Amino acid sequence: MSVMTYREALNLALREEMRRDPRVFLIGEEIGLYDGAYKVTQGLLKEFGERRVVDTPICESGFTGVAVGAAMLGLRPVVEMMTFNFAILALDQIVNSAAKLYYMSGGQYNVPMVIRGPGGPAHQLAAQHSQSMEVYFYHVPGLKVVRPSTPRDAKGLLKSAIRDDNPVIFIESETLYGIKGEVPDDPEFTIPLGKAEIRREGTDVTVFAYMGMMYRALEVAEELAKEGISCEVVDPRTLRPMDNETMIGSVRKTHRAVVVEAGAGFAGMGSEISAFVTENAFDDLDAPVERVTGANAPMPYAKNLEQAKTPSKEKIMAAIRRVCGA
Amino acid sequence: MAQTKTLTPATKIDAELARRLLSQMLLIRRFEERAAEMYALGKIGGFLHLYIGEEAVGVGATSVLRPDDYVISAYREHGHCLAKGSDPRRMMAELFGRRDGLSKGKGGSMHLFDKSKNFLGGHAIVGAHLPLAAGAAFAIKYQGGDQVVLCYFGDGAVPQGEFHESMNLASLWKLPVVYVCENNRYAMGTAIHRALAQTEIWRYAETYGMAGEAVDGMDVLAVRDVVGRAVERCRREQAPTLIEARTYRFRGHSMRDPSAAVYRTKEEVEREKERDPIRLFRERCLKDGTLTEAEVRTIEKEMNDLVDEAVAFADASPEPPLEWLTAEVYKE
Repeated sequence: MSVMTYREALNLALREEMRRDPRVFLIGEEIGLYDGAYKVTQGLLKEFGERRVVDTPICESGFTGVAVGAAMLGLRPVVEMMTFNFAILALDQIVNSAAKLYYMSGGQYNVPMVIRGPGGPAHQLAAQHSQSMEVYFYHVPGLKVVRPSTPRDAKGLLKSAIRDDNPVIFIESETLYGIKGEVPDDPEFTIPLGKAEIRREGTDVTVFAYMGMMYRALEVAEELAKEGISCEVVDPRTLRPMDNETMIGSVRKTHRAVVVEAGAGFAGMGSEISAFVTENAFDDLDAPVERVTGANAPMPYAKNLEQAKTPSKEKIMAAIRRVCGA
Repeated sequence: MAQTKTLTPATKIDAELARRLLSQMLLIRRFEERAAEMYALGKIGGFLHLYIGEEAVGVGATSVLRPDDYVISAYREHGHCLAKGSDPRRMMAELFGRRDGLSKGKGGSMHLFDKSKNFLGGHAIVGAHLPLAAGAAFAIKYQGGDQVVLCYFGDGAVPQGEFHESMNLASLWKLPVVYVCENNRYAMGTAIHRALAQTEIWRYAETYGMAGEAVDGMDVLAVRDVVGRAVERCRREQAPTLIEARTYRFRGHSMRDPSAAVYRTKEEVEREKERDPIRLFRERCLKDGTLTEAEVRTIEKEMNDLVDEAVAFADASPEPPLEWLTAEVYKE
């Protein structure tokens, strides 16, 4: 076990998988010579050379399509989106090519690739650089969607994503790159996709939250514990496929659920998790599922407005109190 | 480096090669004529884009490839798939949406794939498969192979960003890919002069620093010659080429555009049919004695029989079982 940052954990996962499998290569903007816009790929060009760390010009659709074509021939590309907002430029390649080729070729061509990079709210990056992009992808059959909240998860889930035979959307966060945590040293350590994690055990209400919102939910749980409300905080980690056993199992135990998401609420991740809980555990619920979401507006630049955009501790607390009838 | 190649070489051709080229062009023509009939009968649904009139491009270009080379195409790909050697029976079954189809009935006319023949598929978003072709070529280079990728697309893909992104990357990274633009002068109903500021498509090669050439796409030997040199250069230098094959689609954009009369005149279509690539090649072979009338008749009968077999096979193939609906969404 070593203590390292989330960024270092991602870097280590890439390094280990590249050492393990010569088919794995990295492709994206500024990942080589520049060492990565957020330094996630730092030092990898030096270790693996230009053949396996491929700097591209700015053409998201083009280089994502190149990765899909390379994956069809058996390579395992890891595409970096400098920020996940730029993946919109490659949406056709992700949705129409990567996600569908296996199905529409009748199982002949699978696309083992990872598309990774930071997404979600950050530090005053404004409307075009702050979107919670997971909702653009979780709707699409053929894609898996991962949002890792801790350094340990960042490493274990990225390694699983690279070893997966399907296209995996792997969205990190600028705000988490610097956080530190314990990470297993074993190069064979992985965390399977589709497994949620109980971050804090509780008995009165299940709070679903990931990334920055997961840490906020943990703070809220700590404070509410003083009022006698016991929150179980569940981090889905993989948003598609969802972990029925852990997520629904928790609601069956607590009988109440609150879903927190940083993104705008309309047709958001919270909508799907709420429906998932309601469909699978309706008879176990003692109260309607509550959603606490970002405001239905683009991300503003002004610091105070940006803060108001994402769910505050107070809003999360109020929702929990409502479902608990407290 | 960039010249328009329009003349058929004067040298006499090998009889075996002539038989192969004529057979393939006729197979494609008959296959699609029967597919149109089957569409009218309701056996084939969705969109059906016929290649009739353009056969010399797919046959001429694919004829210079090795079996381990790759081909990728758009949604007017029946001809490319047949030319790469796929089983016409399994192709027709795919068009019928049956379980023995190449893609198990899940792809249809626009999504034929055949991994056993290195046919990387039919892709139906205009321009989107051009980066995939570059990616396949990237993989070949990465693995140290000497195969090439042949990518077919229409003039309709040229204004798309992905055309330009792909040309740039292929040339920048020296990828072993030959891009063959089948310029049939209409992107659906939009004539090329209404779509492109530069209608000499091969000239884009200059912009991207690669070899470029235009060829008469109605002349199977001329196509073979031009693509053959490009493939050779590709294998030797891993340098890409852009080829513009000037051709014409005798039918509408799809079966839902039967008359194709809104955007082009009947006179124009009739005039172009005078240059039917199959007729031109057959006449040439008969005239110079490469093939005899009897041989041509035999080839015609063989191709008709193959297509009859394909239709019978497709018709007899069962529908895909319902449990296939959600199977193979993810690879386990």
